[in-house]
Amino acid sequence: MNRNALKMAACGLGLALVTTGIAVAQGGRNITVKGSDTMVILGQKWAEVFMSKNAGMAVQVTGGGSGVGIAALINGTTDVAEASRPMRDAEKQQVKDRRGKEAVELAVAVDGLAVYVHEANPITELSLPQLKAIYTGAVKNWKDVGGKDEKIILYSRENSSGTYAYFKEHVLENGDYYPTAQTLPGTAAVINAVSKDTRGIGYGGIAYGKGVRHLRVKKDPNSPAIEPSMENVLAGKYPISRYLYWYTAGMPSGDMLKLCQWVVSEEGQKVVENVGYYRLNPNDRMATAAKLDGAGKDSKAKGKAARSQ
Amino acid sequence: MSTLTTAPRLLAPEATGLARRKALDWVIEKVILLSSLAALSVIILIFVFVAKESLPVLTSAEVHKEVTLGTLFLPQRYGTAEAPLPFVWQPVSQVPKYSLMPLMLGSLKVTIVAMLFATPLAVLAAIFTTEFAPRWLREVVKPVIEMLAGIPSVVLGFFALIVLATWIQDTFGLDFRLNAINAGVALGLAVIPIIYTICEDALNAVPKSYRQASLALGASPWQTAWKVVLPSAIPGVFAGIVLGFGRAVGETMIVLMASGNAAITSLAFAEPVRTLSATIAAELGEVPVGSAHYHVLFFLGTLLFLFTFVLNWAGTAMIGRLRRRMTGA
Repeated sequence: MNRNALKMAACGLGLALVTTGIAVAQGGRNITVKGSDTMVILGQKWAEVFMSKNAGMAVQVTGGGSGVGIAALINGTTDVAEASRPMRDAEKQQVKDRRGKEAVELAVAVDGLAVYVHEANPITELSLPQLKAIYTGAVKNWKDVGGKDEKIILYSRENSSGTYAYFKEHVLENGDYYPTAQTLPGTAAVINAVSKDTRGIGYGGIAYGKGVRHLRVKKDPNSPAIEPSMENVLAGKYPISRYLYWYTAGMPSGDMLKLCQWVVSEEGQKVVENVGYYRLNPNDRMATAAKLDGAGKDSKAKGKAARSQ
Repeated sequence: MSTLTTAPRLLAPEATGLARRKALDWVIEKVILLSSLAALSVIILIFVFVAKESLPVLTSAEVHKEVTLGTLFLPQRYGTAEAPLPFVWQPVSQVPKYSLMPLMLGSLKVTIVAMLFATPLAVLAAIFTTEFAPRWLREVVKPVIEMLAGIPSVVLGFFALIVLATWIQDTFGLDFRLNAINAGVALGLAVIPIIYTICEDALNAVPKSYRQASLALGASPWQTAWKVVLPSAIPGVFAGIVLGFGRAVGETMIVLMASGNAAITSLAFAEPVRTLSATIAAELGEVPVGSAHYHVLFFLGTLLFLFTFVLNWAGTAMIGRLRRRMTGA
């Protein structure tokens, strides 16, 4: 008994040593990307394609919400934070305080936020003020926005989500969601809920969204209703669209720089389209690429300076 | 003669064997003591950590700018004059609002439903298996009910989210798919094995002589079970209910998935609810460490911890009382 226990302990210790050894050995080439649930699919697809073209590099993508990713960047537990909302000033300051480097913001794709209703709902379009009234509880019945005489059931996201924050800021104009809004983990859960609820309304990324109707959205009551389509988002006509970001602590270098540059390259942007989001327009793409080029040159210049000293 | 001289020689190895075994016993005893102390110290350390992180809610001036005990528990002037909302949980906002009332109500509502659903089923099942079931049936029913405890709560939650919610909504014609009833029933499934196991033990602990006496006096098996065995085991039954209650209050994954997570302050059971435990699970991942929101979430944790601790303590005390009664004190 006793000897067996000793053996097992020894084995356990050995295993622990071996696994930490492996972890350390892999540590050098592993790039971690963490954050927005909206961007998880996109991030994973990027990682997949990038790794298939660059043997030996490991890119690890996980979700959790924009807030989770940014918190991880602040705490130094991820290399890249994916966020579906811009970083707040307080968060940028925290990155600076905790990591000693400026947070670098890279716009990497564009997303439209769609508003969904059940397919049996006769409503086909809503204006931003109407959406605000619905989500803040001022309007509680579909008939007040031209629908059937039925209660409106609100579906929302958890408050750690960038989608939640974006919708709150741009549609609710910083008002509070009405307390009856059910908070669900992820856009897929919202779609699932709305597809099962004839009185439901929900919001989320355009890339998701089978089994529910996407509403056309009017900027104000008199403006035309715009379909959440690729052309409209790209042209800036669709009123609820946003950038998707990557954040790093300090300018990326080495493998990280390579990955970031690839993401905004033609190839990387093609992945964006395949996943169902929108590529950056040429100007934004140039801007992000230029930022990264600056990083490449900077680090080279610094290297030269160091050598010449 | 020869036996006398050889005897000590024979004894000697045995004596050293005894000494060795004694030493071994001592070591094993200490190892067991250490492991039980480890469990104890882990509980204490967890409590100290959670309590320490929640302390700023009471003491820090920084945190008090956003939240005080008053805003946590007392009605506030949120909402508009014509539609006042005295209790709001809206921590991510221009003006963060931290009222615990909707969350505590939510936990309470879900738990009540779970207990109303689970208690009769579990207690009656326990009576059936100990008093009425033939041996072969008992051998089937008992492990099957106990297997419920082995189902991961995320699986129960998923079942409630996809299947149970639709069924309950269609059957009762409710406004909301995800609500306290749906989450409570799913939670009840997780609580049933706890109540059942403890009840069953308690009923089994009732001495055979009680039953024999009752039957000999002409009582039917049902009268015996209901009027003699159950009353004798009642502390154990209560203990099972109390421990089940503790589990229901603390359970997280099922309510996170099946309750709709809307922090509504109302007494209606057909509305979505947000529980204390689900709030911690959903929000702790993203809060900036050290913010008021962060400390409030730990404060919720402390409340939950204290609550389940008291319930568990009460349940165990009841089991102790039952044991004393059964052993004829």
